[in-house]
Amino acid sequence: MRPFEDVVAEYGPTVLRVCRAVLGPVDADDAWSETFLSALRAYPSLDSGANVEAWLVTIAHRRAIDVGRAISRAPVPAEALPERRTQPAHPADDDPDLWAALASLPDKQRKAVAYHHVAGMPHAEIAELLGNSPDAARRAAADGIKALRKIYPKDDPS
Amino acid sequence: MKLENLFDALGGDDSDTLARLHSRLERDAEHEDLLDVAYRTLDTPLGSLLLAATPVGLVRVAYASEGHDAVLASLADKVSPRILRAPARLEGVAREIDEYFAGSRTHFDLPLDLQLTDGFRREVIEHLSEIGYGHRESYAAVAAAIGRPRAVRAVGTACARNPLPLVIPCHRVVRTDGSIGQYVGGIDAKQTLLTLEAA
Repeated sequence: MRPFEDVVAEYGPTVLRVCRAVLGPVDADDAWSETFLSALRAYPSLDSGANVEAWLVTIAHRRAIDVGRAISRAPVPAEALPERRTQPAHPADDDPDLWAALASLPDKQRKAVAYHHVAGMPHAEIAELLGNSPDAARRAAADGIKALRKIYPKDDPS
Repeated sequence: MKLENLFDALGGDDSDTLARLHSRLERDAEHEDLLDVAYRTLDTPLGSLLLAATPVGLVRVAYASEGHDAVLASLADKVSPRILRAPARLEGVAREIDEYFAGSRTHFDLPLDLQLTDGFRREVIEHLSEIGYGHRESYAAVAAAIGRPRAVRAVGTACARNPLPLVIPCHRVVRTDGSIGQYVGGIDAKQTLLTLEAA
């Protein structure tokens, strides 16, 4: 079994992009941390033939649900909002449209886009996470991309 | 529109973020008792040393010639795959080794985890710890000291497989004829250490 450090080095960047796509830049850091801590706990019992990236995305998916629940259960008081802006800058801060575009997608479309186009997972595995059929997962990803093309059309190379 | 660009922007230049998240993972893992092996590397006059510790103590010191990646892979098999680069646990070890190379330390005062050695080899390793700074002992003398006077070659093998070279001073074991013999870090490294300790 590979040292867990190798797993963090190889998949950390992809998991961060997935968390950002699903949760936005602020909550992505917490989701990433919880994902890798959970993964570290379970790692010794992971099957040697397992697809490590899909395993991590599955954990991230569950953590994202938890983080999402925590957010909706405990709405952030207005006076706490400025504090959030003092968090370390994220590269995509230059481009808030990106977060707006992703955030505007329905939940399943946003996740299908993140898991397929960012993490490279097959639709069948995404369907298991989203609780729908592979066809439905494929459609959600396609619809999500179509919607993104409409609301995020800024960089036509012409 | 190129959607790949959009997804690239999700990553951007996030090496700083990933470094910060890695530090947080190190702290969280330590706090949750999930950091079975912490490691770091240390630059020394003998090149880069790999230092690895369990919660019990220092478990492995490795020269670059052993291949740090191979040593980490072996730790994953023999100790636990819950391994992270987490320098905090090794601060004291790194400081004492720095002091040793600076000539200001003649004795390591560190918690050790000897789980990578057992049986005869462990007896040898434990005896080596009693050979003081600047002293030398022959392979034959070590064999005699542990009550196995005919196991001279096996003592040589045990020294070669010392999981904690430098800290457990297998470099102080030399041949009966006075030549310095083999060393896991190479003969030049052994000569350097013996010279340092003779100064």
